[in-house]
Amino acid sequence: MITAEEIIKPENLVYTKPKLMNDTHMHYCPGCSHGVVHKLVAEVVEEMGMEEKTIGVSPVGCAVFAYNYIDIDWVEAAHGRAPAVATAVKRLSPDKMVFTYQGDGDLAAIGTAETIHACNRGENIVIIFINNAIYGMTGGQMAPTTLEGMKTSTCPFGRDVKLNGYPLKISNLIAQLDGACYVTRQSVQTSPAIKKAKKALRQAFENSMAGKGTSLVEFVSTCSSGWKMTPVQSNKWMEENMFPFYPLGDLKNE
Amino acid sequence: MAKVKGTVLVNTERCKGCELCVEACPTKTLALAKKEVNDRGYHYAYMENPDACIGCAACGIVCPDGCITVYKVKL
Repeated sequence: MITAEEIIKPENLVYTKPKLMNDTHMHYCPGCSHGVVHKLVAEVVEEMGMEEKTIGVSPVGCAVFAYNYIDIDWVEAAHGRAPAVATAVKRLSPDKMVFTYQGDGDLAAIGTAETIHACNRGENIVIIFINNAIYGMTGGQMAPTTLEGMKTSTCPFGRDVKLNGYPLKISNLIAQLDGACYVTRQSVQTSPAIKKAKKALRQAFENSMAGKGTSLVEFVSTCSSGWKMTPVQSNKWMEENMFPFYPLGDLKNE
Repeated sequence: MAKVKGTVLVNTERCKGCELCVEACPTKTLALAKKEVNDRGYHYAYMENPDACIGCAACGIVCPDGCITVYKVKL
């Protein structure tokens, strides 16, 4: 019988945390999708060999401390203005790989104008969009992406479309714009889904370096604290309720 | 079929006990500690059935905090 000590050798390594991700303890709640997406970003940047040439723009929201966790260069933008900041960074340093990392409150609410116009201008940036249908950082309030009938702290009886309007499918909106070259919706709840999402992320980064236009990768995510569920229950709830409204797959790939 | 044997190392101090690795494990190798907690008070993941591990790395891939390192050998 082979012992654990005999297996734990560098040549037998199958999977470990990406090198770009540092040892800072992440402030995210247990089971938060942000951690997985951070890992994917770190892995893709590492695989592309762009560690010294990548600039991220962190948002306001739960991912505000993203700059503490991934060892690349970062800029912190005002709430919702990450695509505008990324535009400036990319135009001034076209050889750098520039991406924004935004949640639904940042991208689809306060920053809708910046997002749509950056995509319409076809800036060569990547927009990573975490859609968990809730404002996670401030205590689980209703977001533009909150599903119809979904309970949040500001709509405790469920979102009423007569009063609050309809949930916003911002990725579908952006897919209509000529400046956007790649719009896709992915999820990170199982390991096959994560592998697919990583491929999509890689393509988005390659598009930005090839100067094809704006790429948007939406991650349908969970917010176990905001949804008041365990991480495992949240993943199940997401599959049952979020996926019918936010179907996964490429919305545009040119 | 070549037999494989895997093992995982969990960074227990970084683990937040979200249970996603336990759910992702196809061989029911992992479980959360029943009583023991780490410095932050989380019941961390550990190998309950170390012999069952096949080194598929599903646990490592789904771990949001990157706590899991996976090793595998072909016997």
